[in-house]
Amino acid sequence: MPFYVSPEQAMKDKADYARKGIARGRSGVVIQYDAGILFVAPNPSRALHKISEIYDRIAFAAVGRYNEYEVLRKAGVRYADLTGYQYDRQDVTARGLANWYAQTLGTIFTDSPKPFEVEIVVAEVAEVPAEDQIYRITFDGSVNDEHGYVAVGGQADTIATVLKEHYTDSLTLTSALEAAIAGLAAQANGDRVEVTGGQLEVAILDRTRDHRTFRRLTGARLEALLAETGPDSSTPPEPGTAAPAKAKKGSAAAEGGTSQAKPAAAGGEQSKPDSAEPGGESAG
Amino acid sequence: MGSDSNARLMTASYLTAGTSSFSEFLTSTAPELLPGAGGVTVSSTVARDVPHGTTIVAAAFSGGVVMAGDRRATAGNMIAQRDIEKVFRSDEFSCIGIAGAAGIGIDLVRLFQVELEHYEKIEGRALSLEGKANRLAGMVRANLGAAMQGFVVVPLFAGYDTDEGVGRIFSYDPTGGRYEEQRFHSIGSGSVFARGSLKKLYADGMESAEAVMACMQALYDAADDDSATGGPDMARRIYPIVVTVTADGYQRLPEDVTGSYAAAVVAERMTDPDGPHSSPQPPRAAE
Repeated sequence: MPFYVSPEQAMKDKADYARKGIARGRSGVVIQYDAGILFVAPNPSRALHKISEIYDRIAFAAVGRYNEYEVLRKAGVRYADLTGYQYDRQDVTARGLANWYAQTLGTIFTDSPKPFEVEIVVAEVAEVPAEDQIYRITFDGSVNDEHGYVAVGGQADTIATVLKEHYTDSLTLTSALEAAIAGLAAQANGDRVEVTGGQLEVAILDRTRDHRTFRRLTGARLEALLAETGPDSSTPPEPGTAAPAKAKKGSAAAEGGTSQAKPAAAGGEQSKPDSAEPGGESAG
Repeated sequence: MGSDSNARLMTASYLTAGTSSFSEFLTSTAPELLPGAGGVTVSSTVARDVPHGTTIVAAAFSGGVVMAGDRRATAGNMIAQRDIEKVFRSDEFSCIGIAGAAGIGIDLVRLFQVELEHYEKIEGRALSLEGKANRLAGMVRANLGAAMQGFVVVPLFAGYDTDEGVGRIFSYDPTGGRYEEQRFHSIGSGSVFARGSLKKLYADGMESAEAVMACMQALYDAADDDSATGGPDMARRIYPIVVTVTADGYQRLPEDVTGSYAAAVVAERMTDPDGPHSSPQPPRAAE
């Protein structure tokens, strides 16, 4: 026999459920720099992406359940390609796509018994940094128009605080990556986790390119960039741990990454318990 | 997509699992946007009087492939356009040229371009060259209804096979038959003359510049004997479109470069209107 549940209570339960699911996964960062927009997300998988190309100048980043944001990503590609085919390539905009996502997520939140446990960012790179667009869309369909930087996921608020300290207009790519890593290293309880190249998914929308501006930064290029960010960017500030952490950072960049959980096992890809599995629990 | 229920339907189809093919998505969601959709029965004179693209040539060279197309579109006995572009980039490692009904052909190319990019974005990797060639065959076959009414479109597809490290050429018939061509091929109204010319000028292991020159000569020969193929227009500076696809990707030759090739061909033909000769050697026994 069904009991009466007030709409307020039903919505609150759904929202709590979605928030809990998102908080289990790790966060992602999107940050503007002088020549484009940088996307960084901890992700031990090289194949199951959290950051993807949508269109010429638009990219997508997501945290939460892999199978759910993958559905949204593919839908975004279809929306963009259909719009571009029907009208013109320049008529596909992040604003339109963000609105479509908001409407869709809003409908799913109200209509379906289980809300999507995802938080997504849609970003479009323009000719000049002032015209770049970054939208953050949450599980219930609310849209936020962000400027400069945005963090999504469970630790978003903590990370945003760190990003705010580091962010200035027209950062270089190196310093933007440095800021993003510093943000991702911050934890709510004041601790810091180490973030290394092997576990990072990094991509850019490159303002200077024509046509398709999306590029993944992987392998040697990412390692070179991480080496430039300086030894202190991702290590704890305590003097006691600074020296060994510095040494480890150097080897991590060269060997593809080590995890903090197993400092002895250097190099190579490590299968992390929270790796992004299709249809599995919250990714990364 | 105007009404609310229609928008809801669109949202549902975006979110459906579906395939990685954009044209299949279009067929199920918005079939009216497919090339040649909304076909009506027309008389054959109407079909003849819409703009038609003419000659495309392609030739493989060591480490890649070149494709070139003349710039003329004809409508019946009239020149519809003198600077039409009929050779396009389909993705980073392939190119496509079209002959036949230009309107449907250009739409087919647009759809094919989106198709390849769509697959790449959805799947996270590009299709193989064979896969691209087969996909194009399916799209040509989808136009068979319009082809039967006279709006025939035939593409020529060429690309760099990143696995094998060679340039490859594929031709099609209006029913979607796909044929891999060896060394060189041409399509369109002037193709007979262009192919004859290439047959004499082509050599295995040509360098890129030699293959470009051979294609330029072949197009000149096609224009020489086929009224629907346009030769290089030196007065208006309209030259054939020439593209190459190599390990470095797709490259369209800039206009000043194609212009210098065209000028060389035209200058040579001033003294020798039939172009380069190969001297036939009679068999030794006949002497």
